[in-house]
Amino acid sequence: MPARSVSEVDFIGFRIIQKFQVNKVEMLSGGDILIRSLQEEGVEHIFGYPGGAVLHIYDALFKQNRIQHILTRHEQGATHMADGYARSTGRPGVVFVTSGPGATNAITGIATAYMDSIPMVIVSGQAHTHLIGTDSFQETDMVGISRPVVKHSFLLKNAEEIPEAIKKAFYIATTGRKGPVVVDIPKDVTNPTDLFPFEYPETVSMRSYNPASKGHSGQIKKAVAMLLEAERPMIYSGGGVVQGNGSEDLTSLTRTLGFPITNTLMGLGAYPATDKQFLGMLGMHGTFEANNAMHHCDILLAIGARFDDRVTNAVSKFCPYAKIIHVDIDPASISKNVVADVPIVGPVEVVLKELCRLAEAGVAKRSEKQTAMLSEWWDQIEGWRRQDCLKIDVDEGSKVIKPQQVIEAVYKATKGEAYIASDVGQHQMFAALYYPFDQPRRWINSGGLGTMGFGLPAAMGVQTAFPDETVVCITGDGSIQMNIQELSTCAQYGLPIKIICINNRSLGMVRQWQDMQYEGRHSNSDLDSSPNFAKLVESYGHVGFSVTSIDDLDVVLEETFSLKNKLVFVDIAVDSNEHTYPMFVSPNGSMRDMWIKKGVRT
Amino acid sequence: MRRRIISVLLENEAGALSRVVGLFAQRNYNIETLNVAPTDDETLSRLTLTTLATDEQVEQITKQLNKLIEVVKLANLTDGDHLERELMLIKLKATGPQRDEIKRTSDIFRAQVVDVTQNAYTIQLTGTSGKLDAFLRAMSDSTVLEMVRSGVSGLSRGEKVLSI
Ligand SMILES: Cc1ncc(C[n+]2csc(CCOP(=O)(O)OP(=O)(O)O)c2C)c(N)n1
Ligand SMILES: [Mg+2]
Repeated sequence: MPARSVSEVDFIGFRIIQKFQVNKVEMLSGGDILIRSLQEEGVEHIFGYPGGAVLHIYDALFKQNRIQHILTRHEQGATHMADGYARSTGRPGVVFVTSGPGATNAITGIATAYMDSIPMVIVSGQAHTHLIGTDSFQETDMVGISRPVVKHSFLLKNAEEIPEAIKKAFYIATTGRKGPVVVDIPKDVTNPTDLFPFEYPETVSMRSYNPASKGHSGQIKKAVAMLLEAERPMIYSGGGVVQGNGSEDLTSLTRTLGFPITNTLMGLGAYPATDKQFLGMLGMHGTFEANNAMHHCDILLAIGARFDDRVTNAVSKFCPYAKIIHVDIDPASISKNVVADVPIVGPVEVVLKELCRLAEAGVAKRSEKQTAMLSEWWDQIEGWRRQDCLKIDVDEGSKVIKPQQVIEAVYKATKGEAYIASDVGQHQMFAALYYPFDQPRRWINSGGLGTMGFGLPAAMGVQTAFPDETVVCITGDGSIQMNIQELSTCAQYGLPIKIICINNRSLGMVRQWQDMQYEGRHSNSDLDSSPNFAKLVESYGHVGFSVTSIDDLDVVLEETFSLKNKLVFVDIAVDSNEHTYPMFVSPNGSMRDMWIKKGVRT
Repeated sequence: MRRRIISVLLENEAGALSRVVGLFAQRNYNIETLNVAPTDDETLSRLTLTTLATDEQVEQITKQLNKLIEVVKLANLTDGDHLERELMLIKLKATGPQRDEIKRTSDIFRAQVVDVTQNAYTIQLTGTSGKLDAFLRAMSDSTVLEMVRSGVSGLSRGEKVLSI
């Protein structure tokens, strides 16, 4: 038989291509399939760091321009950026890391997102399929290592699984109680020379995963009846209301009922903090009025909150007079730490709408007696509020800056409208207490895991999503040094974050506990040799200021926020002996047992 | 603290079992026995585990298990009437007068001798865990060479079923 001519081969090749075009099935490599799947999910930004196991994927990324990749300086930074991105936008954050050390470096960020129920999809490279289990180079069991800190995970064995796995990963991450999902992909699965038909599924259904779509209407009716008969009602809402987009409905329910409300550290901004009905944050460092109102209430409506030990103090002494209504999307959060009298499992937004509808009708029929009791309750609350527990003690004539004053000055300079990403420590609590948030998704902080090093990269994620907004990172001299390398990423991508470093030359929160519980023995909590931060950031091409006197604070901050296109680092020396108050007396205290200031207890 | 039997229908997928076991370790619940195998529908495994827990703990355990994506359905069999069985294979030293004694006790328990050598019997016994324990006590004078128990399997009595 004569060999086929070249033109004949071309012709056949052409026919094949044509056939696929008719059926709209494209042949793509695993790497391309992954990137296309992410595009189909509407992903616009990926935070990541390349390495051997993800080189095929990075090559596929290079060939397109719909998704922007932000190259970080450490995988932990990438995860916190994706996390901050997700917290501020409500859209899932996406991370790429390589196998082995890339994957393990991502764990802290994954755990941080997991503890706060933040939607994220983490794609990690893995060793070749045939090498898995052989202790091959940069092999680590990512699915195993991340298992306790993910909502779910996938280990893919061939490229054809990619579209469905990605679809499921986004679906799982963003529905029900949200959380991070890991997709671990062996290098051979993304091999550029092996082509597979690509089709992205439009819908996903999983027989074993069906999060609740509405609350039980009988329970909701019962809850409203209880709320309308309450003598000393209290609303306590958490991060679930922010993540579940329930702020608007929470606000209208609270206003309809005229009840006092408090937010958890995670829930700040869900209800406008400058409103009269807001009693401030509750919990370990909560306000006197919020914690007292919790302790004395007779009906507690808890929404998207999980009765964390940092909120309840001793559980046995928690809300001794209250019947508890608990709304949450996660049935496992209900009656876990504190038994709920009326449990309602459902998405907060849907349940809140239903509560609003019924409450509006009910409030109109409220008796005079009930109205009188409510106003008596408010009188009692106003009494607690008059204690003015957040009043800052300033020594007359002193130039020393108090950390609380820094937050107040930042609030003033940003008109209360900035996105504030915080690190972990005293400065975090000061920020939570002294920067009242009137909108949800403005306060970005690691509540559940309490991860130092979260602030800067989280702020970068926010700034990536909102390039024109003012994004502030409130940090401490300890925390900032846990991910300071990301200053270089900021330079590369022109992220004009404003970093406010409350520099107390110590691990302040640790020091505070040592003062209070270890007779002031400051074991390893002094930070003696921090760099000259202002000079350090200048070497990255940013602007650095140092402030040491209260007289300069406002002026420097004004200049800082006027430099719209520059990253500015403000290193502010503050009183290193300051403590964060109020603070629960623990262990075995109730919510009303608090230290109000040094040596002063309730 | 009471003994509970929890029966779980699980997606028959790699890694699913490790999530169940991991959950118990991570949340400080105990597992007394555990067994798992595919069902007639090969996409599903059925897993049975026993644990010692208070009412509150078992509520948390079932809620947390239900949160695992691969858990399709589960039931706490000890909530109602149920059947439970466990299989034991036990190899006993059997020489001299011991041989008859072991055989007699086995008969009383309706156990079967399934393998014999000059010096050993291998005995198979099924029943509730309590029955297996009682057999072991009855054999306390004999020398156990080795033994294995399957862990508990169970079903609800009557027409109640755990299926999708
Ligand atoms: C990664 C990590 N390691 C340790 C801790 C424990 N820890 C909590 S607050 C704190 C001190 C934080 O110091 P700094 O950032 O300077 O904040 P400050 O309390 O001084 O305002 C430490 C060490 C933590 N939360 N995270
Ligand atoms: Mg410090």
